[in-house]
Amino acid sequence: MTIVMWVLKRDLLLAMRRKSDVLTTLFFFVIMVSLFPLGVGPEPQLLKAMGPGVLWVAALLASMLSLGRLFAADHGDGTLEQMLLCPESLALIVLAKTAVHWIASELPLVLMAPLLGLQFGLSGDALWVLALSLLLGTPVLSLVGAIGASLTLGLRGGGVLVSLLVLPLYIPVLIFGAGAVDANASGLGAGGHLSLLGALLVLALLATPKAAAAALRISLE
Amino acid sequence: MLEAVSLECMRGDRRLFADVGFSLAPGELLHVRGRNGSGKSSLLRMLCGLVLPESGEIKWNGLNIRRSDEYKHSLTYLGHLNGIKEELSGVENLRINCGLAGSDVGESAALDALARIGLAGREHLPVKVLSQGQRRRVMLARLLVASTPLWILDEPLAALDTDAIGLMRSLFEFHLENGGMLILTTHQELDIAAKTTHEIRFSS
Repeated sequence: MTIVMWVLKRDLLLAMRRKSDVLTTLFFFVIMVSLFPLGVGPEPQLLKAMGPGVLWVAALLASMLSLGRLFAADHGDGTLEQMLLCPESLALIVLAKTAVHWIASELPLVLMAPLLGLQFGLSGDALWVLALSLLLGTPVLSLVGAIGASLTLGLRGGGVLVSLLVLPLYIPVLIFGAGAVDANASGLGAGGHLSLLGALLVLALLATPKAAAAALRISLE
Repeated sequence: MLEAVSLECMRGDRRLFADVGFSLAPGELLHVRGRNGSGKSSLLRMLCGLVLPESGEIKWNGLNIRRSDEYKHSLTYLGHLNGIKEELSGVENLRINCGLAGSDVGESAALDALARIGLAGREHLPVKVLSQGQRRRVMLARLLVASTPLWILDEPLAALDTDAIGLMRSLFEFHLENGGMLILTTHQELDIAAKTTHEIRFSS
């Protein structure tokens, strides 16, 4: 097995043994989204209009919740040191870790989102577009978040700092993600928005692992 | 062959050490001594490439370790953190750590190594139920299956009982006899037979 395969195997095993971490993020997402209809009242037009935005903002915040765990445990128990010393590019290892992080904490949100969208009276078409936009957009959240998580590693109060660093960078993803559903509803078609999300994903895949790897080296020095 | 030339280490504004140099050939041992906080761990981390020296150079077979691809394949570093995952069993930890270092170790070889280091019957327990010394043994089991020539060990004997210390000593001697190199820090009196023993002593 290659080194990257070992990283994937280890992180997937850990995610399976730390189920509570995965469930915390998912329940936060479910509860946060479900509170909105209770708070603003059962006005169908209003709910329909704000549904996509609420789901996207909730996904953003839920992903912030799990970011701290991306490297913190490895930093605390010394495995991060070992990963820096292993004869494989650190950027590739970061990419593997981010991929598992996405599978464990974001993919469940993507799968749950259409179900929650029903609470807002979204049509079948809109639910498809919403799921697709989340599928393209949430990996960007994990990748960009990895930079924030590695920059704030080992700092006290790093959780707050990481939100301040990362949330502004999430804005384009939020705009195009929630916008895709609106564009679809208004008859423009979601193609443009989804293509832009795809472009953001490619850009993030290319740029962020190297940046996060550099930040990790600095924070371990 | 590992060479260090006039290394200097700064921590914030404080100079931990300056002008530290040595060269280590196959079969030789370097013992780094000094009080707590005198810079032993910083030196070892520097030798691994985790910390950049303020000045000076570290060379592996004549090439700066930053530019040597071969160096990471030749090095096993065990720090004062165990580098093992509490949720995983001893055998999983051992195999994964070896895999991360680039050498695949089979299930039976891993079980054998854990048995030799005194963890027979506990190989499949999650590490979180093991004692501190047993966790240390899980980490050190890597040395039994490692084939790297250079070992850099930071306080490898901490939390170990006398049996385990004896085992580690014979393992170190075996490694040195077979042309390995060993750099270690320890506060315990340990007589390791080696062709040549270098010593670096930090005073402050």
